[in-house]
Amino acid sequence: MANDHMQTTAPDTGLRIKTEVKFQEAGAPSPAAGGEPDIVCRKVNLSYGDNHVLHDVTMDMEDRRVTALIGPSGCGKSTLLRCLNRMNDLIDNVTITGEILVKGLDVNAASTDVIEVRRRVGMVFQKSNPFPKSIYENVVYGLRIAGINDKATLDEACERSLKGAALWDEVKDRLGESGLGLSGGQMQRVCIARAIAVEPEIILMDEPCSALDPIATLKIEELMYQLKEKYTIVIVTHNLQQAARVSDKTAFFWLGRLVEFGPTADMFTAPSGKLTEDYITGRFG
Amino acid sequence: MERHQFEGELQNLRNQLLTMGGLVEQRVHRAVHALMHRNEEDAQRIIATDKEVNDLQMDIDNRCLRLLATQTPLAVDLRLITSAMKINADLERVGDQAVNIAESVLVLIPQPPLKPLIDIPRMAAIAEKMIRDALDAFVRNDAALARDVLRRDDEVDELKDQVFRELLTYMMADPGTIQRALSLILISRHLERIADHATNIAEDVIFITEAKDVRHHAEEQEPKP
Repeated sequence: MANDHMQTTAPDTGLRIKTEVKFQEAGAPSPAAGGEPDIVCRKVNLSYGDNHVLHDVTMDMEDRRVTALIGPSGCGKSTLLRCLNRMNDLIDNVTITGEILVKGLDVNAASTDVIEVRRRVGMVFQKSNPFPKSIYENVVYGLRIAGINDKATLDEACERSLKGAALWDEVKDRLGESGLGLSGGQMQRVCIARAIAVEPEIILMDEPCSALDPIATLKIEELMYQLKEKYTIVIVTHNLQQAARVSDKTAFFWLGRLVEFGPTADMFTAPSGKLTEDYITGRFG
Repeated sequence: MERHQFEGELQNLRNQLLTMGGLVEQRVHRAVHALMHRNEEDAQRIIATDKEVNDLQMDIDNRCLRLLATQTPLAVDLRLITSAMKINADLERVGDQAVNIAESVLVLIPQPPLKPLIDIPRMAAIAEKMIRDALDAFVRNDAALARDVLRRDDEVDELKDQVFRELLTYMMADPGTIQRALSLILISRHLERIADHATNIAEDVIFITEAKDVRHHAEEQEPKP
């Protein structure tokens, strides 16, 4: 499954092999445990009307790794994130060119089912958005939408997802209570459980911790370490320390362009670009 | 977004390291001066005042720790602060070597001079200049000057070997010279170590400015482009 796209995007094989080699040098486990490009962006351009927001973004996000997108507000990082599961469809007057492949699936192709894209590419937002339903119903919501109503299946999915989101022990005795009664950090983990209940391959996180206190933030970050064993994660964050802590690779965006993209440890100790260095050290502007 | 407060702190750190550098360089200079002029009082004073260097070292380390804890420095700032801690340790060791030299001087002073000293003051001049240039390179982010410091280390090593060979002949000819010859050999060894500390500092400067680790001759082993 993970290797399907290797054939579908044959022209770029050379580039990807290069990326892979780099990863092994960095002391990562063998490619069998992830590291192949999972999401492939080629010359992605996006405009909102006349406003050209993303310029020729070309990058690969690797399988079962955490990729962090950083940059000042308005640099296009969230826009790129939303391209990956077609969340920009919800905005009028958007033009996207270039190619985005998720596990070999051309996200923007006319033949591609957007529902299928969003099932495979889950998303967690800045502000946790639990539905005014029980914790249980919040978690299995996606499955119900998909027409699954078998109680045993839903129970199993609920427990598995809550365990996956490191929340099971805290809520297992009150699954019937409203999701709105949880703490901010718990609500965000309910949203993560809801995202993984439909068994996606990729999880996008748009500033998942910006509304959380440090303890809840650490819990989500710990969770990300566990989640990346099964899922490819792309996270947008304004918190540089968070990017440094959780991600394997970091991409720095500025004015809609990808300025620098490399192993996180290198980006935060010895970035190659002056612009990156100025941003990371807080001397921007 | 500029970080005036943080920039000011970094500047204070640089200044303090310079003070430390000036202090230990001066102490090396005085120790060798005490040797040349057989000045017991100066040698005693160097030994007695080592605490100044030690106190400054702890002060600088504290400053670095505080910056690491409160400013979460990254990239060039991270390289600067972590290297400052290493440079600080190297400078403190240079101060210790000045004390070691002074102790050897105290052994030598009561005895008649073994020979006119020529190579040892040359070694001292080169080593002191290496320390000064390494710190200049640090302040000015001058990697070229730092590389020049690295090259000079060989000169000091050669002089040390020369001193050792020469004094060996004295010791073989007359066992009565052994104590004085050994003291001089030790002094040349201390000066050689001081040059090594200057080399370490120069390597740190290259790491700060170019993010390149050139320790252990890593640069010479790189394939030429």
